[in-house]
This record gives sequence, C-alpha cells and structure tokens, in this order.
Amino acid sequence: MPLKGKAFKYGSHIDTDAIIPARHLNLVEPADLARHCMEDIDAGFVSRVKNGDIIVADINFGCGSSREHAPVAIKASGVSCVIAKSFARIFFRNAINIGLPLLECEEAVDNIKAGDTVEVDLASGAITNLSSGKTFTSKAYPEFMMQIVQAGGLVEHTRKKLSGAK
Amino acid sequence: MTLAEKILAAHCGKASVSPGDFLSVRTDLVLSNDITAPIAIREFERLGVSTVFDPKKIVMVPDHFCPNKDIQSAEQAKMMRDFARKHKLVYFEVGEMGIEHVILPEKGLVLPGEVVVGADSHTCTYGALGAFATGMGSTDIAIAMATGEIWMKVPPTIKFVFHGKPGKWVGGKDLILYLIGDIGVDGALYSALEFHGEAVEKLGMDGRFTMSNMAIESGGKAGLFHVDDKTRSYLKGRTSRKYKEYRSDPDAAYARVIEYDTSKIEPQVAFPHLPSNTKPVSQAGAIAIDQVVIGSCTNGRMDDLRIAANILKGRKVDPHLRLIILPGSQQVYLDALKEGLIETFIRAGAAVSTPTCGPCLGGYMGILAAGERCVSTTNRNFVGRMGHVKSEVYLANPAVAAASAIAGRIAGPEEIK
Ligand code: SF4
Repeated sequence: MPLKGKAFKYGSHIDTDAIIPARHLNLVEPADLARHCMEDIDAGFVSRVKNGDIIVADINFGCGSSREHAPVAIKASGVSCVIAKSFARIFFRNAINIGLPLLECEEAVDNIKAGDTVEVDLASGAITNLSSGKTFTSKAYPEFMMQIVQAGGLVEHTRKKLSGAK
Repeated sequence: MTLAEKILAAHCGKASVSPGDFLSVRTDLVLSNDITAPIAIREFERLGVSTVFDPKKIVMVPDHFCPNKDIQSAEQAKMMRDFARKHKLVYFEVGEMGIEHVILPEKGLVLPGEVVVGADSHTCTYGALGAFATGMGSTDIAIAMATGEIWMKVPPTIKFVFHGKPGKWVGGKDLILYLIGDIGVDGALYSALEFHGEAVEKLGMDGRFTMSNMAIESGGKAGLFHVDDKTRSYLKGRTSRKYKEYRSDPDAAYARVIEYDTSKIEPQVAFPHLPSNTKPVSQAGAIAIDQVVIGSCTNGRMDDLRIAANILKGRKVDPHLRLIILPGSQQVYLDALKEGLIETFIRAGAAVSTPTCGPCLGGYMGILAAGERCVSTTNRNFVGRMGHVKSEVYLANPAVAAASAIAGRIAGPEEIK
C-alpha cells in the first residue's frame, strides 16, 4: 500500500529539540508527544498535519539527542514517512526500530515543494511527486535493516528471533 | 584495523570487521536515564521476557529531571526506580547521584576495550577511556537489556591529529569545538572519531571526557582515545575488573586524516544555534549576557570547576547576571567542597546546585526567558535548548564562562583584571 500525503518542507540540521522540545520529555504517551511535534520551528504543524502527510527535509535530519520521543512524536502526528538528503545516525536507527519509514533521496528533496502531494512506495523506494508528475528512487535499505522494517520494528524482530531460538 | 574496529570485532567473535558490516555486538554495559528509561521499560515489557540479561551490567541514572522537577517527571523517575529495584540493576539514588556520563567513569563502571550502549546521545563520553561507547534509542536499549546484544553497523574511522601545544586557556572543549567548527555538525556522520597528537596526550582525563562527549555534535558514533598512563592512573582504585587495551594498527585504514596546529587555536565560542557556529573568543564582539551555566556531562568535572574557581576567586559576578554552577556528581561536589571551590563560587555570587542535567536541556534550574542570552559550558545550543525559542545559548569552556560571568558579556579570561 503506497503512502500518500502533502509535503511539509524543512531545511538542514533539524534537531531533536526542534522535533520535540526537551520540556515535553516528561510525557510518554505518543499522542501527548504528537501535540508538541515541531512546535518550536513550525508552530502551525500540529494543526495542519493530516494522516499520511510526509516530512521532506534537507541534510542531517534528526541530529542531537537520542530521544526516541522524536520519531515517536512524528509517527503519532500522522506523518507516514520522512524523506531527507541524509539523517542523523541515532534518529535513523530509532525510526527504523519503531517503524517510521525514512527515505534518503537528494533529487526528491530538491524537487518537492511544500504542499505538493507525494506518493511513496516503500517496497520499490519510488517517490512520486503527484503535483509535478516526477518520480525519484530512494536508496534501498540494507538487507539487515529491511528485515527489521518487514517485521514491523526491532521489538517484533527480536521477539521472532527469541521464539525461534527456543 | 582501527581501535573502534578492533573492539567491535572482539565483541562479535570475529577476527576482523570492516566499515559497513552489520554485526550483533555483545555489550558490557547498558545505560538509560529518567527520560529514556520509561520508554525502554515499556518496550522491554512488550518483548515478553521476564528478566534482564545481567543486572550488574545495566545502569539507570536519575539525572535529567531529578531531583524530580514536577509531577510528570516524578512519575517517570518512579517508573525507572521501581524497575531498577525489581530487577536489582545498578542504580544511583539522588543522594549518591551524578550526571550519568560523569558518574559511570567515576565509579569504575566503564573500562578500556569495552562496548557501552546508552539511551543517551552523549554515551560517547566513555571513548576517553578507550571504550567503544555510543548512544542509541530506548528501543535499542530495551533489546540490549533483554539480550545483552545489539545490532550495529561498523563505522568508518576519521583520525584527528592535534599537533603542537595548546595555549594557557585552551582545553578539551576548545579543541572539540574547533574541530566541529571545521567539519560541521554532520562532518563525521556515522563515523568514529579517533583523537591523536601531542595536544591530546597532554590533556588530563577530564579534558578527554569533554572531547569524546562532543563527538556526537559532529554526527559521530564514537570518539576514542588510546589508553596511556593517564588513563591507567585514572582507573587505579576505581575497579578491580580486568580490561584489555587495544591499539589501532599502524596500517589501519582511515576514512580521512585531519590535522590541526593546536598552537593556533584560541578559546572558542559556539554561537547560536549550532555547535559548529564557532568563533575565537577574541572575535566574539560585545555580547551582553543574562546567565552563565558551568556544569553538565561536558564540563562538570573537577578540572573544570578548578579553572572556573581560579578566575572567580576574590571577584564578583556581574550584578545583572546569574551564574549557576552544577557539579557533575556528588563526588565532584564533595571534592570541590574540600578544595574550597564551592565557597569561592558562593562568595563570587554564584548559585551552586545539586548535580543534575537541569538547565542543559531546558529542564529546570535556570531556564531562559525570551531574548535572554546564556554562556554555557554544555554541548548544545539548538533553538530553545535552554528555554524560550527566542533565547540564545553560547557554548564555551569553563574559563570563558567564568570570565564572562564577571564581565557581564562574552569575555576571554585574559580580559579579566
Ligand atoms: S548534562 Fe546535558 S547533554 Fe549531558 S546528559 Fe545531561 S542533558 Fe544530556
């Protein structure tokens, strides 16, 4: 099933304090975190974002702290995936681990404007800008990570492994 | 192989590994804190296991919002405390506590050649001891707590060589800020940093912790030093466990080698809102400030407090400014007390706090209002990091922070008469 939604566009080095400010880290519930997603850099994000929408950003998205609250807040806000030129390391593994798909594709980022409607096919890595009709292909996940993604996250992946080992 | 590659190979039972390999790595220590543990505990419980892999190898530290800053933080801290006690984990209650990255080395919980994973991005601090230590998320930590293993991709290593002697007021903070200013906040993305050269050999352990601590601020996965006599004497008396020293091979393959002439590096100030936005302090210009924070896992150790006290001794903090000092652990607090540093701080007009992360991440104990500026010895100056989105954080070493507190504006220690 392809992911589809409107693009929210951001610049480089969007840090985890911007995604979910530390003052809200006393919250645990995904829905509570989602209410503060992006609030310090885009106060209108929470009221405008709809299920399926897609975040499109430049380089080093998610830099800063290890807080898993960041991908959790994005996912719970309804965002279906994040497309960026590159991701910070810990954010990348957190997102994969909790089942928020990330796609790395420079061309797509350069050719998607805020508000464009974008469709993503995770299986093939195809990103289509329905507003312009152009299609781009993102980097494929390494085999190892694909297994985690296909299992639905690291906990599910490990549960499978643990029950197989018994 | 490089130092990082050797440690990882030894922890997955392989004779050799190369950058890009995916490994299941055995962990020697698994860390989380009061904001990351609650999520890790939830995920741990979803796994359907009943026990942790080894309670002696799992540490939880209540440092971010502890002593509890509000009801929600209190609930989170309680969740962690209950779990830690139930599973008999290594746990430091508030009265013996400290910031995780100060307390773990201090208590001898991290040794050279070990692999440490923590649900905190500054877990890379322990690279100063020649350990491979890296930050991860809460789900990763849940898996590591349950199985003692975690997936990792072997990072390429970048070698940094600091030639020459550092100037009088130049410390580990300045070397690492200079490096980040040079390569950028994603300059070492996914990589391990390896520190070499005369200048880093001269650094004490506290300065090395500062450098490894900020490897993440260049996107790095780990920031490693080789073990030398300073490391060995630091470890003496802290542990009876055996450890292994690894060294990079002379023909190890580095992704890049970057060399600096340390004698040309001045104390650095990172301007808002990125740690890479650095300038030598002499070029900072006249910037009035409202608050100075000295502390954190970056610069909250004895050497840092000594430097600050040296400058503050017999002087007064500018009356328009708040100076807040947070010793990194109870032990640091006690040592500072014995050496008379705490009295120096209080006489100078500083507020001295019990150890906590507090203002470093905009938690409590020194939050900034709109338009306020702070010079801080912490590691991040992102938008809103220490309070209001319209506040500003300038990162610097403890000498610059103390001098600025006296001057009421960003100032180098040489300017203080
Ligand atoms: S002192 Fe600051 S950077 Fe260090 S662990 Fe605490 S919040 Fe994180």
